[in-house]
Amino acid sequence: MAKRIDVSGLNVYYGAFRAVEDVSMTIEPRSVTAFIGPSGCGKSTYLRALNRMHEVIPGTRVEGKVLLDDQDIYAANVDPVAVRGQIGMVFQRPNPFPTMSIYDNVIAGVRLNGRRMPKAELDALVERALRGANLWNEVKDRLNRPGAGLSGGQQQRLCIARAIAVRPDVLLMDEPCSALDPISTLAIEDLIAELKTEYTIVIVTHNMQQAARVSETTAFFNLSAPGKGGMLVEMGDTNKIFTNPDKKDTENYITGRFG
Amino acid sequence: MSTLTTPPAAPGAGVSLLSRSLPRWAPAATLAGSAAVVAAVLVAVGAFGLAQWTVLSVLLFAVTITAASASVEGGRRAKDRLVTTLVYVCFGLAMIPLVSVLWTTVQNGVLRLDPYFLQTSMRNVLARDDAGGAYHAIMGTLIVTGWATVISVPVGLMTAIYLVEYGRGRLAQAITFFVDVMTGIPSIVAGLFIAALWLQLFGAGNFMGFAGSCALSVLMIPVVVRSSEEMLKLVPNELREASYALGVPKWRTIVKVVLPTSIAGVTTGVMIAIARIIGETAPLLVTAGFTDSINFNAFDSRMITLPVYVYRQISQGGQIPFERAWAAALTLIVIVMALNLLARLVSRIFAPRTGR
Repeated sequence: MAKRIDVSGLNVYYGAFRAVEDVSMTIEPRSVTAFIGPSGCGKSTYLRALNRMHEVIPGTRVEGKVLLDDQDIYAANVDPVAVRGQIGMVFQRPNPFPTMSIYDNVIAGVRLNGRRMPKAELDALVERALRGANLWNEVKDRLNRPGAGLSGGQQQRLCIARAIAVRPDVLLMDEPCSALDPISTLAIEDLIAELKTEYTIVIVTHNMQQAARVSETTAFFNLSAPGKGGMLVEMGDTNKIFTNPDKKDTENYITGRFG
Repeated sequence: MSTLTTPPAAPGAGVSLLSRSLPRWAPAATLAGSAAVVAAVLVAVGAFGLAQWTVLSVLLFAVTITAASASVEGGRRAKDRLVTTLVYVCFGLAMIPLVSVLWTTVQNGVLRLDPYFLQTSMRNVLARDDAGGAYHAIMGTLIVTGWATVISVPVGLMTAIYLVEYGRGRLAQAITFFVDVMTGIPSIVAGLFIAALWLQLFGAGNFMGFAGSCALSVLMIPVVVRSSEEMLKLVPNELREASYALGVPKWRTIVKVVLPTSIAGVTTGVMIAIARIIGETAPLLVTAGFTDSINFNAFDSRMITLPVYVYRQISQGGQIPFERAWAAALTLIVIVMALNLLARLVSRIFAPRTGR
């Protein structure tokens, strides 16, 4: 299932402002790639450009190529809706649908798309997705309770279950643990380690220990100049980035001597 | 004063957090005292009356409680007492017309409000006969308002969806501007507009209930647009993004995520809009006309509604038409109240569930 992402010369604009400048990278399948960097350096914008979610904000524009295996997701005639079905996303703040139960939240990708499925298949899908998100044992007795009634960490795992229930090839995570306590964070990190056997995972994080713990590859983003957009400074094996980076900026950032 | 409110702090000791305050029963006692004193003075002067007694008692209470609080509790608490009194007085003032209208309507309305009144029309009843009812007007109100709602809710809701989810630039600005203008249209102008349209389409003298519904929907649409727009804007963007990220198209996101999340507020807005138009008289006089007979067909001949019925009865003069008018007014209030209760029930059923 997992697919490779090949990005070449990607620029993302908000109106006239170039928020992401000329980024090229390869994201390997069945691995975790972490994006780190200071706030406002375009990590999230870039991440959202990978499944065309940034288009939701009016006035945005993209130049460059993003290949999912061999298909350019920005080619003409490509439906962004189909792209998002292949590349799922988990957001910073847990956002279960407030009108739906836990069960309905998990199958939201099926229901909202108007697909019909026998009840038994739906039940199996819910159990598999919730088990995949390490949430099954906690909620199996209250699947019909509202999803918004769960704790923050459980809600985030519910959102992950919802995202993997549509069986995407790639899972993008935009600071998935920044609103959670350390125990929930640990639960999500364990989950990421399990999910990478099946999915290509890209995670944006401000927590460098987290990047070091969960990822194989790390990309460091930084502002290209004060007041300008962000760019990719360095990308490589996580161990190397955190112990012996090539660039001075990277070293300054990960050792906390940024300035 | 400051020596009273601030206990002297011993050198080296921390400042005390305790302060003196009036006992809990102080406001009630002061109010009773003020009322008694003012009553005694007024009786002694020989000018006792309910109005002057109430006004002067409240004034004396405000002065006394503020002064007492200032001397015991200090300036900040005294201001709090004064403003609290002021807020309660304003609340009381606002309640006077409301309670008065309700009371007068109930008092006069119950004289004639009985099953006979609710089940009889005015056909072949002379104005001053001790007979006749408002059945035709009740049905007319429900039919005309119903058609107005059927027209206004889809148009208004879809306009709101366009403005919130799709509208950008000049077209959206223009729509917002004209919706605002429409909100301020005098209702008789809406009536004349439809009357003129009907004259063009069907020739002179073609009154019908549906024409009234069209006139009312001119008034109702902007209210529905405005309230639905506010409610749709309240739906967090995160929910839309969550839906898009699952590969759900925009229109399905709107229909299955945005609308269900905001349905409670939208329903309330629609009910407020209905309450706004159900009492309209002028636009119906020139479009639906009036009649004494029962008419269930909105597309043929004249139709009367409760407000027009009230107007007709009052303009005929005499005790019995007067009673009929009040009974019809009370019926209208009951209908609006029932609709409001229904709206609350609907919003409670559809409201997002957050309980654990």
